[in-house]
Order: sequence, then C-alpha cells, then structure tokens
Amino acid sequence: MAKVVVVTSGKGGVGKTTSTAALGAALAQSGANVVVVDFDVGLRNLDLVMGAERRVVFDLINVVQGDAKLSQALIRDKRIDTLSLLPASQTRDKDALTPEGVQKVIADLREKFDWVICDSPAGIEKGAVMAMRHADIAIVVTNPEVSSVRDSDRIIGLLDAKTEKAENGGRIEKHLLLTRYDAGRAARGEMLKTEDVLEILSIPLLGIIPESEEVLRASNLGSPVTLLNPTSAPARAYIDAARRLRGELVEVVVPLERKGFMGRLFGRKVA
Amino acid sequence: MNLIALFRRRSSAPVARERLQVLLAHERALTGRSDLLATLQDEILAVIAKHFTVDRDKVQIKLDRGEKVSTLEIDVEVPSLTGLKVAARA
Repeated sequence: MAKVVVVTSGKGGVGKTTSTAALGAALAQSGANVVVVDFDVGLRNLDLVMGAERRVVFDLINVVQGDAKLSQALIRDKRIDTLSLLPASQTRDKDALTPEGVQKVIADLREKFDWVICDSPAGIEKGAVMAMRHADIAIVVTNPEVSSVRDSDRIIGLLDAKTEKAENGGRIEKHLLLTRYDAGRAARGEMLKTEDVLEILSIPLLGIIPESEEVLRASNLGSPVTLLNPTSAPARAYIDAARRLRGELVEVVVPLERKGFMGRLFGRKVA
Repeated sequence: MNLIALFRRRSSAPVARERLQVLLAHERALTGRSDLLATLQDEILAVIAKHFTVDRDKVQIKLDRGEKVSTLEIDVEVPSLTGLKVAARA
C-alpha cells in the first residue's frame, strides 16, 4: 500500500526541498520505490537539488493537463534506480494545477510507487493546499525559531482542515522534522530546544537535523545529502528519520559532526 | 557589557518560548474567526445605534493579548453633547 507524504512548513527557506530529497533518497536506498514530486509550480528547485535540472523535459503541469504521459515526465535518478523525480513547471503558475488533475496524478503515482513524497511550496495558498490535499502523512519542517514555529502551527491547522483525510472525518498523520538545529546554542539558551518546539506544536518528532555545512555542499553539487555523504551528521539524521517514517523505532539523538583536531581549530564559526 | 547583561543576552530562548505560547494560544482560539473584531464592531455599533447615531468609522475596537488577561478596548466617538441630547431624545 503506497504512502503519500507531504513535506510542508508554511514558512519558506526552512529546508523542505532539502528534506524531500534527503528522505526520498534514504527511503529509496533501503530498496523502496520512491518518487519525489515538486509542487512548487513556477519556482521549481527539487530538480536542482537532486541534480536532474538538465534532464527535465515534461513536468507535473504537462501531466495534469494531459499533454504528456506520467512515464514521460518521470526522471529516473542516475545513482539509485528506485528513485524518481516528477518536476514542477517553471514557466506556468499554480492556477494550472486543477484539483481533478492532481487527484489523478497522485492516484497513478500510488500505483507505481511505495512512497510518493510531495515537496510543498511555501505559504498557505492554493499550491500548498494542493500539495497536502491527498497526503496520508505530513512532515512539518520547522526551524527552532519563532516565525517558523508560528507558521508551522498554522500549517498544522490547515492539515487538519483542508486535506482529503480530514474532510472525510479522518486524521492525517503529522510529524515534526526539526531542521538547522544547533544543540550547543540550544543548551546555552540561545535557541529554542527540541522540547520547547514539541510542547508548543504537540505533534510527534520524526527527527532532528543538525545545522551543517554538508547540506549546502550537497545542494551545490546536486545530490541529496544522504547520497553524497551518508556518514555526515545531517545524513545520519535523515536516514534515521526515514527509518522512523517506515515505522521502525529509532531513538532520537542529535548526530554530531566528527571533526578532527585541525577542523576544530579552524572550523569554528565566527558568529 | 556587565555580567548580568551577558547572561540576559544568552537566555533569549525562554523569551521566544513564552511569546510563542501566548501568541499561539490566541491564534488557535481565533482560527476560523479571523473576523471576530469586525463582528464585534458591527454588533456594538448596532447596540449604540439604538440610542443615537454614530458613524461606523468612529467605533474603534482593539484587542490586546496578554498571557493571563486580555483587554478589549472599545473607543466610541459620539457626537457633541447637544447633538447627543437631540439624538437621544429622538
């Protein structure tokens, strides 16, 4: 039975696309058939983060409008053959997404894959609602920062109101993915702690992704961080989160960067 | 910067946590009722209008959210006293 997951947040720039790519790749590495779907019509970026930007021919809108077959628009990952990407359109706007068209595409993807991971656009408008509409599970990506937590609270409200599951009297499964976390700063009282965010949002924790230079390096190189450097701190955190998503019980720890003596000496941040 | 200031500067997270808790408690209560203040304004205006004429724009409503107590400030600008008497008699 396929699972449809939406990666959402309300606020932009918190790590939705990075997390979609990293979790998608981690799930695919364990042998599952995974498709990552970019719902950010007009501002697509999942293709770039996945390193497939030069292979895009058809996109989600073409499929929704019947101009291309689903199989023509899907891009198979060159590193893992169980991972595919359905890119968003860069030239159209969100109005090109019709509810019926999206429903059909998601239903077709459910037939072909074990996991359908939808990368939501920021905001609470049509695009975000379309991305969450047919999801079974929502991953709410949040930074330990006031504006991100507030927007996540808003998105949780929308998930309980505007999804198909909620409208049919069910409850959509919601998980918190805390990203850009700095355990040191949290311990010093400079940053909201995991417990603070969990208490405020009161949804279960899927994982804590530590702030890391590896995340930018991975997007620079066009590779999910879980593929580029699987032993790095953020990759280990994403791999653990993917295991929890599959239902495994994995203790939540914040992985630390393994730094050598020289790294510690010169790698210290200025701010 | 003295030591106390240094300490205060560091512990900003508890302030963030408290601000969020207060804010979200109110925002959740108002979800789906974003027009609460507009509704209040209409209803209060209707009550006042039974006794004298007031301009809709002259009724201002403000809500100040506190952790334990919130205050609702209603500011009604009524016509001058003579005008009021006339209106009240009418």
